[in-house]
Amino acid sequence: MSSVLERARRIDQRFLVAAAILFAVLLPFFFDSGSPFMDDAVLALAYVVMALGLNVIVGFAGLLDLGYVAFFAIGAFTMGWLGSTFYSESNGGDGIHILVTGAASNLPGIHINFLLVLVAAVVFTTIAGVIIGLPTLRLRGDYIAIVTLAFGEIIGQVAANGDQIKIGPIWDATLGKLPLIPDLGSSATLTRGKLGISPVDKIDLPFMDPFTSLNSRPWYFVALGLVLLVLFVNVRLRDSRLGRAWLALREDEVAAISMGIPTVKTKLMAYGTGAALGGMSGAFLGSFLNTVNASQFEFLFSIFILAMVILGGLGSVWGVVIGAILLSYVNSWLIPDVLNGLPGQLGLDFDLTQVSFAIFGFILVIVMILRPEGLIPERSRKQEMHGIGAGDTAGAGTDVELGEAG
Amino acid sequence: MALLEVEDIRASYGMIEALHGVSLEVEAGEVVTMIGSNGAGKSTVLRSISGLTPAHAGAIRFDGEEITHLSPVEIVARGISHVPEGRRCFPRMTVRENLELGAYLRRDDLAEDMDHVFELFPRLAEREGQAAGTMSGGEQQMLAIGRAMMARPRLLLMDEPSMGIAPILVERIYETIGEISREGTTILLVEQNALQGLAAAGRGYVIETGHIVLSGPADTLGDDPKVKEAYLGA
Repeated sequence: MSSVLERARRIDQRFLVAAAILFAVLLPFFFDSGSPFMDDAVLALAYVVMALGLNVIVGFAGLLDLGYVAFFAIGAFTMGWLGSTFYSESNGGDGIHILVTGAASNLPGIHINFLLVLVAAVVFTTIAGVIIGLPTLRLRGDYIAIVTLAFGEIIGQVAANGDQIKIGPIWDATLGKLPLIPDLGSSATLTRGKLGISPVDKIDLPFMDPFTSLNSRPWYFVALGLVLLVLFVNVRLRDSRLGRAWLALREDEVAAISMGIPTVKTKLMAYGTGAALGGMSGAFLGSFLNTVNASQFEFLFSIFILAMVILGGLGSVWGVVIGAILLSYVNSWLIPDVLNGLPGQLGLDFDLTQVSFAIFGFILVIVMILRPEGLIPERSRKQEMHGIGAGDTAGAGTDVELGEAG
Repeated sequence: MALLEVEDIRASYGMIEALHGVSLEVEAGEVVTMIGSNGAGKSTVLRSISGLTPAHAGAIRFDGEEITHLSPVEIVARGISHVPEGRRCFPRMTVRENLELGAYLRRDDLAEDMDHVFELFPRLAEREGQAAGTMSGGEQQMLAIGRAMMARPRLLLMDEPSMGIAPILVERIYETIGEISREGTTILLVEQNALQGLAAAGRGYVIETGHIVLSGPADTLGDDPKVKEAYLGA
């Protein structure tokens, strides 16, 4: 009986997922490809990828990460380093070009095909994720949040002051002497500080026309492709042995260790995966936004993404997708385009965009009051919020009752 | 050679040493009970064996192999399962999911073991899809034991299986412990409930403030005037 219901629900869910994907694929054909709505849609999809990445760390593994912006930054810088004229003196001024066509193939600097940049971004951010993860492994709860927050800030500061960090001479003296690794030129720096690396190469894919900033449709489909890939990864991880191990660690670490779950490896897998997904999205955004600058990598961005995850439902894959789309549109459309003049009309002297984080905070407070488990909650969170299994000895049933029954 | 040999181990929590040189042996097939009062070091002995609180001196050998400095994962993999103090079921997972996690390191088919646990504890079969946190303390204890059995241990370590449980269920759980033992699993259990613990065992140890003070056949220990006075309330 219950299995029939279960199956019916599962079919129902599959139908919903298929409908949502179809809707997402058809959506751009109802809007002008240069319309602001489409730009916002691309941004929303990129944020979905990022929120799903953070969901692995915070939702699945229960490790509160307040420095997720670090992975956005590293992904974006990978795009900036490997796809712009930033290192214009590299290779003696001739530049390096790998599988790029169009305008980029004649410019100085490093220009590498987007798909390869994506791979590099995943590699760099995974390494960064493991490095950030290692010191947090001995910590619990709030302490993890503080350490990750600090890492996010460090990366932000390095981005801001990277124009003072000359890597050229060191690079040339060591790495540049190796085969295949080109010199960068003596004036090469780590970042371009607040000015930012701009322009950044447009995505360049085989069998597709060169991307332009005027036509957002191809960007949309690349972002949608990333979303589908990341969704697949999320769902598979959630239902995997590793997913179970994360859940077990979240519920009771000592018991999980007694079962033979390797804590270090399991937690690092969460950081590594979450970081890699953030890095993918970061590389995409670097190209789409056409700039990689320090002001993008601030603490509030980590909170922005975390709010998406909490709004949708910690650990809930579909909830996080909805949460990310909603908050992204509130941020890039509802507040600046629709409601921005509202305070002015009421005779108040500010724009709504100036208080957008207050609005996110307000939305979160409302959600926490009305639906603390998020819009589409994950099962165990729902139980948690409704007081089931609060402690290891708390039980709803009693032994007296059981004794009589038996 | 005994299946488990613990030789003069010391273990500490931070600066405070909880075990000042503890030695004990468990032969294959035996049920051994260690009794002692609160804070005597009973749980620490089990935690040292399973690697949760590694011993910093002395040696622990399992089946002839030294396991003193192995990680908990490696120790579980060698066939030692630990039923932790306070049960520690995963409260928001179902009974079935808890049992599946007990077999985390195994990659083979679990159906047979699942059935076996449900045979040992029919109550768990009834509650298969229920969240563990909604069950009574006794049921959670059954689940904790069943979960440990899912790893197919050769040695089962049990930490106070009677703690905080209605007397009628304590008896039932001890009956099942006897059954598990008859099926060939070696058991080392620690108890504050000396009467119950010694009744289930062949041999026993008495631990006081980190030292073993007495050992011997369980019935002899139960008759010892000092034990009677200290633990049996006689």
